[in-house]
Amino acid sequence: MFGLGLLARAARQHQLQCTVSRLFSSCRPLAAATGAVQQAQPREQLQYDLCIVGAGPAGLSAAIRFKQLCKEDNRDLSVCVIEKGSEVGAHILSGNVFEPRALDELFPKWSEQQGEGQAFADLPLRQKATADRFYMLTQGSSIRLPNPPQMKNRGKNYIISLSELTRWLAKHAEEQGVDVFPGFAGKEVLYDWHNAVVGVATGDMGIAKDGSRKPSYTPGVDLMARLTLFGEGARGSLSQSLMQHYGLREAAGASPQTYALGLKEVWEVPEEQHQPGLVVHTVGYPLDNSTYGGGWIYHMEGRRVSLGLVVGLDYANPSLSPYQEFQAFKRHPLVAATIVGGTCLQYGARSLNEGGLQSIPKLAFPGGALIGCSAGFLNTPKIKGTHTAMKSGIVAGEEAFRALGLADDAGKKGPITLRNYADRMEVSWVYQELERARNIRPGFSKWGLWGGMANAALSTYLLRGREPWTLKHRHADHEATKLARDWPPKDYPKPDGVTTFDIPTSLYRSGTNHNHDQPPHLVLADPGLPEVVNHPQYGGPEAKYCPAGVYEYAADEASGRPRLVINAQNCLHCKACSIKDPRQNITWTVPEGGGGPNYTIM
Amino acid sequence: MSKVLVAVKRVIDYNARVRIKPDKSGVDLTNVKMSMNPFCEIAVEEALRLRESKAVDEVVAVSLGPQQVQETLRTALAMGADRAIHVSTEQQLEPLAVAKLLAALARREQPLLCLLGKQAIDGDNNQTGQMLAGLLSWPQATFASKVELDKAAGSAKVTREVDGGLETLSCQLPAVITTDLRLNEPRYATLPNIMKAKKKSIAKLTPQELGVDVTQQLVTLQVEEPAQRKGGVVLGSVAQLVEKLHKEAKVI
Repeated sequence: MFGLGLLARAARQHQLQCTVSRLFSSCRPLAAATGAVQQAQPREQLQYDLCIVGAGPAGLSAAIRFKQLCKEDNRDLSVCVIEKGSEVGAHILSGNVFEPRALDELFPKWSEQQGEGQAFADLPLRQKATADRFYMLTQGSSIRLPNPPQMKNRGKNYIISLSELTRWLAKHAEEQGVDVFPGFAGKEVLYDWHNAVVGVATGDMGIAKDGSRKPSYTPGVDLMARLTLFGEGARGSLSQSLMQHYGLREAAGASPQTYALGLKEVWEVPEEQHQPGLVVHTVGYPLDNSTYGGGWIYHMEGRRVSLGLVVGLDYANPSLSPYQEFQAFKRHPLVAATIVGGTCLQYGARSLNEGGLQSIPKLAFPGGALIGCSAGFLNTPKIKGTHTAMKSGIVAGEEAFRALGLADDAGKKGPITLRNYADRMEVSWVYQELERARNIRPGFSKWGLWGGMANAALSTYLLRGREPWTLKHRHADHEATKLARDWPPKDYPKPDGVTTFDIPTSLYRSGTNHNHDQPPHLVLADPGLPEVVNHPQYGGPEAKYCPAGVYEYAADEASGRPRLVINAQNCLHCKACSIKDPRQNITWTVPEGGGGPNYTIM
Repeated sequence: MSKVLVAVKRVIDYNARVRIKPDKSGVDLTNVKMSMNPFCEIAVEEALRLRESKAVDEVVAVSLGPQQVQETLRTALAMGADRAIHVSTEQQLEPLAVAKLLAALARREQPLLCLLGKQAIDGDNNQTGQMLAGLLSWPQATFASKVELDKAAGSAKVTREVDGGLETLSCQLPAVITTDLRLNEPRYATLPNIMKAKKKSIAKLTPQELGVDVTQQLVTLQVEEPAQRKGGVVLGSVAQLVEKLHKEAKVI
């Protein structure tokens, strides 16, 4: 009888563990390098009504809106936000000329409450845009062009550090009762036997490079939630797995997502070179006519200047280095004149979506939904995605509250599906904007710089986005890379250490750090492929496009042949390798929480 | 109930890049990430291990400073400390003032042990633990790389890292011990513990209530960046080296 009791308890425990199916987990016995099998431990479960992955503008807007509605309705629902960065804002990088449209919806009276001691006194929107300029750059000169209507920021929009704004949003969210957990990475989506999302598993901490458990080993937890919103930014690791799992792109008939890599620095410049509120955008040099992209220089307050280069990742030349193109951008007289004599404060890089309306996948699935850049609401001609991300967060937060409220009233447990979120987004100003902008970016892929600009002018001025056709993205970015033998290798000059720098120097300024004794988070499906395909056929493009110097080809000691070395510790979490690897051999998985860049003013 | 008092300090994160304010009055702390001093984390970890081995019953974390230090105390609570004390003051605190405040707290709480980090990574003073022991007239064992408590005998055996190697001391309790890097590896704060920590109590006191005068006795005149490193030069021969040492560096 005693034996039967034990058996029953074991069966119940097994059933509890089996209600959640998973791929990587501490629930499976781990075989360490020594060959000894370490005993599986059941993971602790935490329950929330709403779980949000990613403390970015979308995630925090969703949490804040959710809690606002909870207060109005006197409902006590729990919400948590997990964030893989060591603190909120650490992984946030953006231009950023901020359109406050969604902020006005989230906090309708914010601009009237910025006085000393008031609620929005320390909201970091301190510099309004005062002037817009648009230039075509050539090797040595710049030609001023009329401002495209999408780039009219003067008097309306704010030049901000999105990192700072996100930190402010998190502080506000915590004051409203949202649990914000920085330093915790969402490792795996949890599904039930009905294929609904029931939560997220956070990663185990304290695992050594060989997979064994260090003395500090701490298993992650299972964050169980009736609804999980994924706001991981462009090319989020969990969002990618969800898109594959549910076939979200196919279900929406969406084009593949296309991306660009943005490289950014914040400088402190001499007083005479600083024009607070000046917004400058450039096209042309250093990118050639077949490579999409452009530069920016935004004059923030306090002698700070944000500048950078966006390079479309559908470039063809495998030896192109977006990082080196950025250094060339800084050498141009127009840019150099602004930063010479100044100090570079921070550096960083991040991929951004450019696919627009055509690439938006199916947004909601049982138990969860995609918000922000994980779905892909960035308006490419405006290069603004913050306001649309926040709006998607607000809508998702509202729908989450509604759906959870209905379920509670009906006494229904179990995962929630957001039935109205996608429909509401379709009739919102987000889709209106994206509809108007949809044909601009694809024109550049089809017809190069000049054709693209002509098409953009047609679509913007004449047809105003009402043209009956929609240009599709022909292929994913990695498919556009051509073979090395067809393209002359690009030679880049050495950095001068004054305005241009080498990667290690720049990397130091990103504050990036990972515990080095952990399994590499960049996983190759076929570890032998780089030596057989990437290097001989493409000249090792990962060593060129990675803005952190993670990938290097070094001569193998034994064979003398080039071998791929992965310095995972340098990773900036930009996701370019996940996007651009020619055979999609590289999967970006999330490293131990708390690692990665430490942006504070980006 | 035997307690261990652990002092923790909120400092610039060890990984953060530091800049001097334009007026050279100090370091620019705006938008800089702050964390618990790494040596204080080691002290908290050691205290928790002592409690787990039943050498002590309660771990009390204490921090001194403005409202924000409560974040650091929450981290200590999330690691496993039982309760926390916040001595609230807007005044810039010097090591002697800190030592006096901790001494007053120690007289109140009567712990078996005071655990501190050997130094804070912002000031690098390496004085507070030593001064605390002096004020209390307690034995001190600094730069600890191993701590063993003998509750029955009321003593502690501490291995210290010194210039010549390792030194092992035995001291009577109560005592002050400051931690060095190799003492332990601090545990991660788990999500469930972070949530439990939100509910744990943080008692608030002021220097006046403890009867300590914390007026600053030192004035910082200027803070400067270290001199920029000049690039090195690769020389061709020993003769060249000798010539440069003689003519340019003027050291021979």
